[in-house]
Amino acid sequence: MKVRIRHQRREVEVHGARHVREVLDQLDLNPETVLVIRRNELLTLDAPVSEEDELEIRPVVSGGDHAVREV
Amino acid sequence: MRCVRCKATASVEVRRHNAAYCGPHFLEWFEHQVQRAVDRDRMFTRSDRVLVAVSGGKDSLVLWDVLLRLGYRATGLHLNLGIGEYSRLSQEKCESFARERGVELVVVDLPATCGVGVEELARLTGRVACSACGLSKRYLFNKVALEYGFDVVATAHNLDDEAAVLLSNLISGNVEALARQAPVLERTHPALVKKVKPLYRIAERETAAYAVLRGIDYVLDECPRSVGARTLLLKEALNLLERDAPGTKQSLYWNFLEKLRPLLQDHQAPLPVRSCLHCGQPTTAEVCAFCRMTERAAAKLRVRTLPSPHPVASLP
Repeated sequence: MKVRIRHQRREVEVHGARHVREVLDQLDLNPETVLVIRRNELLTLDAPVSEEDELEIRPVVSGGDHAVREV
Repeated sequence: MRCVRCKATASVEVRRHNAAYCGPHFLEWFEHQVQRAVDRDRMFTRSDRVLVAVSGGKDSLVLWDVLLRLGYRATGLHLNLGIGEYSRLSQEKCESFARERGVELVVVDLPATCGVGVEELARLTGRVACSACGLSKRYLFNKVALEYGFDVVATAHNLDDEAAVLLSNLISGNVEALARQAPVLERTHPALVKKVKPLYRIAERETAAYAVLRGIDYVLDECPRSVGARTLLLKEALNLLERDAPGTKQSLYWNFLEKLRPLLQDHQAPLPVRSCLHCGQPTTAEVCAFCRMTERAAAKLRVRTLPSPHPVASLP
């Protein structure tokens, strides 16, 4: 299946994965840090996937330093 | 996986609560969590005027969306940091959001206010960009809130942000910062507007899911200056723990708030707040940190672009 990884700006082919969890395992991505989307639909880790699917992986972590200080 | 409410196919798993929800029930759960935080911590009421700091990223636009849906009087405040294409796109997302909903957005342009953008400001004063950015935000959010008569400033710090800052403060042993870390900073001085964080009960992954389900269009790219920021490293470490032990971030932060922070109240810096000699904003020094930073930058540029004593914001 075709997987578009938004934050790495790349598209990869993943083969043999039957569930979302296996897709993320193959790509070495922590499920806590991404959302997996198929045709505008959010998928949970146990959702079945097939070779014909096109998935989008979207990062959820944003950063910058948020120190707690007053002026 | 099935929705715990209606047994339909689940869209979002909330592992720390041992739950999963379909789209509509997730949105309901999410809004309930925000409402609970606002009520439980007495953040504001429906008669208060709330200024929501919006960057154009997912968390802040989600916060603004939820507060409007819950019936609060929420106005957006966007600070254009002058970071090229990233800042242009960020402002555009905030403006589209406001236009589509017919709500008011205040825009402050940092380069127009103090002569240079945040990157140049950092370079000229020997700060890292995130530090110059944080200082500018804290200063300008308070200034705009005062000038326009808002009761409270709401920022979109979520559970992941708070857990990462907590970890950072613990590592560095910053007792004063730990004593001040809370979802609500009360108005301790007439010129210091109350600050609240209504998303502190919600994980970052959940705000992203909310944005997708509501179709909120946000800036997907990270700020180009935050790459490699320490906060990201701390979040990565916490997410590794969360993966194998769901609920770690929540336990860390909530236990801190409930059990440890009360023990630190003697460490609240008792420094008297006074007015900055140059701009009149509240500070604990003679001249506030923002004026010192912008004046140092101006001196290096050999131009006289001191922060304006006049209103810095423009309404569209």
